[in-house]
Amino acid sequence: MPTIVVEVMPKAELLDPQGKAVAGALERIGTTAVRDVRVGKRFELTVDGPVDAAVLEDVRRIAETVLANTVIEDVVAITAEESIVPGETH
Amino acid sequence: MSTPALDTVANAIATPEREQPYAALGLRADEYARIREILGRRPTGAELAMYSVMWSEHCSYKSSKVWLREFGRRVSPEMTRHLLVGMGENAGVLDAGEGWAVTFKIESHNHPSYVEPFQGAATGVGGIVRDIIAMGARPVAVMDALRFGALDSPDTARVLPGVVSGISFYANCLGLPNIGGETWFDPVYQANPLVNALAVGVLRHEDLHLANARGAGNKVVLFGARTGGDGIGGASILASDTFSAGGPTKRPAVQVGDPFAEKVLIECCLELFAHGLVEGIQDLGAAGISCATSELASNGDGGMAIELDRVLLRDPSLTPEEILMSESQERMMAVVAPDKLEGFLAVTDKWDVETSVLGEVTETGRLVITWRGETIVDVDPRTVAVDGPVYERPLARPAWLDGVQADTAAALPRPASGSPELRAQALRLLGSPNLADKRWITAQYDKYVLGNTALSYPDDGGMVRIDESSGLGFAVATDANGRYAYLDPYHGAQLALAEAYRNVAVTGATPRGVSDCLNFGSPENPEVMWQFSQAVEGLADGCRELGIPVTGGNVSFYNQTGDVPIHPTPVVAVLGIIDDVARRIPSGWQDDGHNVYLLGTTALELDGSAWAGVVHGHLGGRPPAVDLARERALADLLAAAAHESLLASAHDLADGGLLAALAECVLRFGVGARVWLRDLCERDGVDAATALFSESTGRVLVSVPREDDVRFLGLCEGRGCPVLRIGVTDATVGLDVQGELVLTLEELREAHESPLPAVLGPVGGY
Repeated sequence: MPTIVVEVMPKAELLDPQGKAVAGALERIGTTAVRDVRVGKRFELTVDGPVDAAVLEDVRRIAETVLANTVIEDVVAITAEESIVPGETH
Repeated sequence: MSTPALDTVANAIATPEREQPYAALGLRADEYARIREILGRRPTGAELAMYSVMWSEHCSYKSSKVWLREFGRRVSPEMTRHLLVGMGENAGVLDAGEGWAVTFKIESHNHPSYVEPFQGAATGVGGIVRDIIAMGARPVAVMDALRFGALDSPDTARVLPGVVSGISFYANCLGLPNIGGETWFDPVYQANPLVNALAVGVLRHEDLHLANARGAGNKVVLFGARTGGDGIGGASILASDTFSAGGPTKRPAVQVGDPFAEKVLIECCLELFAHGLVEGIQDLGAAGISCATSELASNGDGGMAIELDRVLLRDPSLTPEEILMSESQERMMAVVAPDKLEGFLAVTDKWDVETSVLGEVTETGRLVITWRGETIVDVDPRTVAVDGPVYERPLARPAWLDGVQADTAAALPRPASGSPELRAQALRLLGSPNLADKRWITAQYDKYVLGNTALSYPDDGGMVRIDESSGLGFAVATDANGRYAYLDPYHGAQLALAEAYRNVAVTGATPRGVSDCLNFGSPENPEVMWQFSQAVEGLADGCRELGIPVTGGNVSFYNQTGDVPIHPTPVVAVLGIIDDVARRIPSGWQDDGHNVYLLGTTALELDGSAWAGVVHGHLGGRPPAVDLARERALADLLAAAAHESLLASAHDLADGGLLAALAECVLRFGVGARVWLRDLCERDGVDAATALFSESTGRVLVSVPREDDVRFLGLCEGRGCPVLRIGVTDATVGLDVQGELVLTLEELREAHESPLPAVLGPVGGY
């Protein structure tokens, strides 16, 4: 069955304490290659039928209202498994 | 993204006619004109950013200032006996004895908590805790006064769980016990919840620190979290509308907090204080760097030079205006002597706290801020922080008030003595959301972390030990009855004061100071402004009569939905001191066979009561009479009785009257009582329903072991305090009010404990 992946990230302007903690941990173990870390969420939604525009519209609505708290987070990507849905980019 | 052109002072002089978005920043035309007059030119974008936030209602108190002066005017020498720092600093400080001092403050975070309940409430806790750190104190406890819409409204379902988990997340992570507070439900708070956060800190007298920047050449240091784009919805208007159409999009107006960063900041600050490395210090809250620089400079020698480029940024695309207005959390600003800077940096380095020297204190009397080598701010800091606009807003006693006050609850039908209806109404009252058990909320908070908590919810006040060797401690309680304040704001504020005062007194502590958080509707509404002025006068007069000062607090206006303001909600926090927390008085019954006494007298006072609201949906008349002299005598009596350890328990009577107090005394430890009302009804000339439901003030329910009876009654007689034996504790019954109603322990529990979980889900941790 097809899977739709929804990715949610904290808004760029806001503090991301989790990302900061991971970045701090990397620094402590001596990693120098990574400059910044931000931690978001990934949702995998399994759907019954084919992924058409209506389903994607539904998922978009779910993403904006349930999966993400759009006051402090952005939905950055909605992708169907194996293929990037047109119009959605990172 | 294009970089907006820099608006320097030179540029402002050269382009005097450039249009500026002052209205979008919340400034009125006359305020903008005044800024131009003060500067003798148009402000730069950065100056406009600073003035607009610092002259906002929230920062400048422009509508409330003329009334808040009443607190100062009514101060008596008695009130300042224990006052080390009064209103105007980050938080007030009271002498606690034995060389200890206590600092406490309550502050609102209402609007952010409605927009984003979790982060709004969390950062509310963070902000008030930083006020406490800034005084040189170690934060030791928090407490919250919360108001939500109707328990079953969808709005409450969205806001309440977020607010509660935000508070619990932040304070639990900090390792601070939450020792009480109160929660009310009323549809007037729908879409406008109140989240008032209180914090208490303790310090030795010699560790007191103040927010001022003295000593030319001293360094101005910003430390803590990096500055990002949090909470600068307003500043982006400057960036996008004026300077470049392709500038940053509107930034979010909310902030995200990091309690672990704050915990490190607490320890870091305390070590800085311990080594004497700080001359002056201020936390960064509303208005961020704009506020900290202008206030520190105003309170000190008056001048400061800042290189804004030195601010460590989380987001390098921030404009100088945004940096000045950012409300990023967990930041502090200190003034440090040059010879101590090395030591200062060593401490912040040890704690991994990022630190940046922004500039220094000067004697120029000007706050000068540069960016990329050019001057973008050159102002007299007092014009920003101190001498903002002051409005004498028009007042109008609401025309509807006479009608509302004439509609007394005394006319409502009361159930007959011993009738099934009396019992049914009692159960309904005990199960109403405002009287119901709030453990759904408080179970999410750490109460005993740090190991010094002596009392907490559901006791009347929270109590914390300050000194382990002597047992010295403090007690604190918050109260506000918006229904009373709606009926009569002057006496409503005094009733809040009287109840918080009594709640502290019943713990055995002696009340010593007040912090208030005044939540009202729009000050531009003359009726709201009248309510506000009445509440302030009531509070100021009340404090004078009780002999305790207001040490600080906060005003929150514009709490309304559309044009409908909330009930005036003057939340009053009273803090008291107890010599030894081992002598605290429990709030419920624990032993069989103790005599139950009611202190104070009962009158037909049902206006604004829980009974009138719950049973009849009624709100009218005049709230119960306040007698502060009697409250004072009662507090003295309780302190004396606590000192001699005469009382097995003491519990305040407030909303829900005697019935609620009796039920809470039973439920606290599961020991019941046989109670009779005959003598009370006879002495006070009231019927049984009035005896149970009236909310007359100045009343406390106490239980006394038989062996202490004589001494206790002697104490009451000596002080002229009305006292009446109304029952005996009995572990075999629930609440048996003879001839009136019998409720088993299980029935009481069910009525009292089920309402919140029924709507919000199971209680966590149980």
